[in-house]
Amino acid sequence: MNKTGLIINREYFTRVRKKSFIVMTILGPVLIAGLMGLGIYLGMSDQSVYNVLVVDLTPGVIDSETSKGKPMFFNRLKNTDQVTFSYTNRGLSNAEFDSSAYSLMVVARPDILTVPEIEMVFRKLPSLKARSYIKAQFEKVIEGEKLKLHSIDKRTYDSIRTDLDVISVDASDGTTSFKQEQAVVGFAFAVLIYFFIFLYGVQVMRGVMEEKSNRIVEVIISSVRPFQLMMGKIIGVALVGLTQFLVWVILTGTLFALVSQALLPELTDPAAVQTTESVAKEVNEDAMNQAMMNEVAELILFRINWPVMLAMFLFFFLGGYLLYASLFAAVGAAVDNETDTQQFMLPITIPLIFAFVVAEFALANPDGAAVFWFSVVPLTSPVVMMVRVAMGFDAGTVWELFLAMALLVAGFLGAVWLAAKIYRTGILMYGKKVTYKELYKWLRFKT
Amino acid sequence: MHMLRAENITKTYAEHTALNDVSISVPKGSVFGLLGPNGAGKTSLIRIINQITGPDSGRILFNDEPLKPEHVHSIGYLPEERGLYKKMKVGEQCIYLARLKGMSDAEARKRLWEWFERFNISGWWDKKVEELSKGMAQKVQFVTTVLHRPEFIILDEPFSGFDPINAGIIRKEILRLRDEGATVMLSTHNMTSVEEVCSHIALIHHASVMLEGRVPEVRSRFKESVFEVQFAGEMLAFTNALWTGAELAGHAEGDLGLRKATVKLRGNTTVNDLLAALIPHVSVRSVTEVIPRMDDIFIRVVEQKTAAV
Repeated sequence: MNKTGLIINREYFTRVRKKSFIVMTILGPVLIAGLMGLGIYLGMSDQSVYNVLVVDLTPGVIDSETSKGKPMFFNRLKNTDQVTFSYTNRGLSNAEFDSSAYSLMVVARPDILTVPEIEMVFRKLPSLKARSYIKAQFEKVIEGEKLKLHSIDKRTYDSIRTDLDVISVDASDGTTSFKQEQAVVGFAFAVLIYFFIFLYGVQVMRGVMEEKSNRIVEVIISSVRPFQLMMGKIIGVALVGLTQFLVWVILTGTLFALVSQALLPELTDPAAVQTTESVAKEVNEDAMNQAMMNEVAELILFRINWPVMLAMFLFFFLGGYLLYASLFAAVGAAVDNETDTQQFMLPITIPLIFAFVVAEFALANPDGAAVFWFSVVPLTSPVVMMVRVAMGFDAGTVWELFLAMALLVAGFLGAVWLAAKIYRTGILMYGKKVTYKELYKWLRFKT
Repeated sequence: MHMLRAENITKTYAEHTALNDVSISVPKGSVFGLLGPNGAGKTSLIRIINQITGPDSGRILFNDEPLKPEHVHSIGYLPEERGLYKKMKVGEQCIYLARLKGMSDAEARKRLWEWFERFNISGWWDKKVEELSKGMAQKVQFVTTVLHRPEFIILDEPFSGFDPINAGIIRKEILRLRDEGATVMLSTHNMTSVEEVCSHIALIHHASVMLEGRVPEVRSRFKESVFEVQFAGEMLAFTNALWTGAELAGHAEGDLGLRKATVKLRGNTTVNDLLAALIPHVSVRSVTEVIPRMDDIFIRVVEQKTAAV
């Protein structure tokens, strides 16, 4: 093994064997999948049965023979497996309700047509799903009543009600465009790159500072060139980052598949996506939500060019990381302790944070001039370009991607060259408060 | 035969000249003391030999060939500012450092066991460095310096921070390594250890070599015709026997009722003249020439130069 290899080896294995790494690597996906699962669980898997007492105070007698004499809601709310309605026109006191067998009491006021308000008394707060179901049922009845009041035919009303679908069509190829949605996926990758650069860039800086303050660095650079030590560290940490990312992807994927299999069997089955989608429109709102989720799933699975996306992610992650990590290494070499890092960290963190802001802006306005420029400039391109990659390029604009890639390569070579010069001088410089002027002087030193 | 020759090395940092036309020769098999006050340029020279930095001009010959990258495998270097990875285990760390010097894993492991047994520290293998005391860590550092069997060992202030017992162990190891064929260069302020272990020295001050040569030869170069006389008799009688050619420089009570006096001879006065003058007055027991100690030489050279500047 050559010397850089030995250094990479050490940097990699000392970090990978750390308890904090193992904990974060395993806990990360569990947390992510857990949060995702929890969200789905809370929304979807409420199996409780609700026995709802409807206290209908609208005029009418429950036992009336004619339907005209009956109160507004009597027997008109649809029962389901989970929600059953019982009716009365005499409200229970809260104490009576508390000792009754009902799980919810809904009070409809006499003037509900003019003041659309119901009061829901609960012992245990019902799930969002149950609440929205009950709400929808009441709305339907009230709507029907109002239609009658204004003598509007139900069918006329249905034909007036409009639910507008906006289908964006790309003029260049005439296909339906999901660019906005795709951009969101790209943004998620941008966020990932942003965090990885920060997380691992700072690790490189810490590692350099550790070697410097331990004073082991002089022993090591009497065996290897400073450049080999710096690159060994940067590459070793990059491999740690990739390992963590890979484990996260695999674990999160597996866990998410398991969780969603258990909770949402349809989501993972593309055939089911088609059928539910076509049926969805006619059924009820619940199914509409389902259909929307399926559309998102379809977008995630099929609309994005995943091989390109992942390859670009890898490229921009590595390129951006190499660029920033070498700058972080230079900072670590220039200072004696953590508190002195502040002044040099700022010029590194500002472009990175700025890139994040531009990426966010790109979501709303992907074709803006700012987005173009910052997706090409090396310091910001690793983050901003991800949003654009997710949206895809056509033959006319793909040169922008290649330009960004070429500039990023040039950028990190430049950064490594610059960092190596500062690093070489900095690691052997102790007890000196370094200024920018000093750094400039180091750049001009001969070996 | 020279292990190392530095020829006309000059190195400047910005406005500061660290080495100005420095030349030294380190004979093979010697223990070479690199002396000089703080900031004289010793560390700069050592870093150039280790190829950490390059000289602005001049060249280094290692085993009579110009210094090249592979030579780092034949050099062991213990810097003055030294340390280890705190979180790494001792054994693993020593092997890592030896492998960076080009040694194979298996051989490093084998050699490390030998050293651990020699120092009686086999139990430290799996300890983390942060669990070691300062003295223990220094022993480990010494081991990492010599583990890869370097022909040329550079020790920058090797004794600083060691207690007398450990300093003694290190001194013994240095001599043992020399006997096994290694050449040692050590930079130190501790002049007593220079007299004990160094065969050659070079004294650097203000970026230039002020003095170089074999230790006895350097010391005798600074002789000032001062003799110590042991005698039985009265101090007054002794003093009265002296004349302008032989001046009393100091005196003290010696052992067993004897007295000691140091006398500086001037002009053409010889020891025989001194004895001829003394013998009628006191009973002379011994006369020895006072050879200056390295301490005195160091101070004299440094102060002279400083005064001249």
